[in-house]
Amino acid sequence: MVVKTKSLVGLCVLLGALFAGLCQAGEVRVAVAANVSAPMQKIAAAFAQDTGHSAVLSFGSTGKFYAQIRNGAPFQVLLAADDATPARLEKDGLALAGTRFTYATGRLVLWSRQPGLVDGAGDVLRSGAFGHIAIADPKLAPYGAAAMETINTLGLLATLQPRMVQGESIAQAYQYVASGNAELGFVALSQVMLDGKISEGSAWVVPVDLHAPLRQDAIVLATGTGNAAAVALVAYLKSDKAHAILRAYGYEFPR
Amino acid sequence: MPFNAADLGAIWLTLKLASVTTAVLLVLATPLAWWLAQTPSRWRAPVAAVVALPLVLPPTVLGFYLLVSLGPHGAIGQFMQSLGLGLLPFTFGGLVLGSVVYSLPFAVQPLQHAFEAVGKRPMEVAASLRASPLDAFLTVALPLARPGFVTAAILTFAHTVGEFGVVLMMGGNIAGQTQVVSTQIYAHVEALEYTQAHWLSAGMVVFSFVVLIGLNLFNARRTRVVL
Repeated sequence: MVVKTKSLVGLCVLLGALFAGLCQAGEVRVAVAANVSAPMQKIAAAFAQDTGHSAVLSFGSTGKFYAQIRNGAPFQVLLAADDATPARLEKDGLALAGTRFTYATGRLVLWSRQPGLVDGAGDVLRSGAFGHIAIADPKLAPYGAAAMETINTLGLLATLQPRMVQGESIAQAYQYVASGNAELGFVALSQVMLDGKISEGSAWVVPVDLHAPLRQDAIVLATGTGNAAAVALVAYLKSDKAHAILRAYGYEFPR
Repeated sequence: MPFNAADLGAIWLTLKLASVTTAVLLVLATPLAWWLAQTPSRWRAPVAAVVALPLVLPPTVLGFYLLVSLGPHGAIGQFMQSLGLGLLPFTFGGLVLGSVVYSLPFAVQPLQHAFEAVGKRPMEVAASLRASPLDAFLTVALPLARPGFVTAAILTFAHTVGEFGVVLMMGGNIAGQTQVVSTQIYAHVEALEYTQAHWLSAGMVVFSFVVLIGLNLFNARRTRVVL
């Protein structure tokens, strides 16, 4: 009986602490572009530890998030895969003006699971020693558009077109290469990079002068008005700690 | 013109995929459904469960397994390569295979029910008149099960037209090969081309409605005739 009372008191204390914690710490719901899902999970964990706020992450494509946000999705912050979508949301009045910023710049990489297939200069594209090359749909995914631009800059569209397969997202393009169905493909550097190194296979990091920069912008949405956790997350994304995590996945930062 | 060239190509390819899949499935499903309707084997329950699996599995699961198993590192893919055949992902043939798996229950189950409704009696009568089993199957069971074939064909066709997850997973979005209406709608929505998405989506709704109403009318007429 005594034990029971004690545990009951303990439970009350615990619940009280929880509620008190909830009052202080806010929650922010974040729509996250799929290509930053891995670093964002680490950033969200560090963010929770350092600030007490929690960031609830949903991963998906920027185009889908745009449609969902227009139709009342309960996100307070968007981390897009491009810079056009946040700008459009701001123009639509669905996001807070002046909160838009580039949280990372992505890098494109030509990658194969086979060691030695992709050389350091991308000459494999000219040799044609492969059956399929995967890219993300250039209409839907910024990394797909950058891949197409690179192919055009190199003047290889006619050569590569018949072997090209398109994933609906950069995640699917990666899956085509990872499963070996395409011998190589243009994917996001963040997908094949771990702790600052290419994790397996062979790769050519596409030089930045071959395509427009892959600026990824974030913005606070109209639903985030007055949300302290949203403000804190935006500040956190600009911190050295967040940058270090993103850098380990191959992202870069505008100076 | 609400449809662009890619949309029209996708519509044509979708109809072609649904037609080929329906033809293949009717041929494959007939003996399978007959066996399921007749057999006392203890394998009946597990086989029926495998046939019904695509009803409950998410299509992306089917698509993912097909992509991996048909790929160069997968068991089926390696077998295909050892025969000197090409790999199936990103091809029309691959989509047909995927659709056959995906729509299998929609062909087998109506046929199985039709065969069960025919019962053993007509086959026994045919046998007593010295018809060989194959002869009796072709001239007695098949004609009696005709409504089941119509239902199976319509459902298989319509279900394949609506296929999405499998194609998205193993298609590769190649115009004229693997770019179908459902993936085209998805691409339009993702690209914020809502008008074109609306046109194709509305077309799908009208098509599905017409198919289902046709199926209902067909079933109602048949019931009246039987009564």
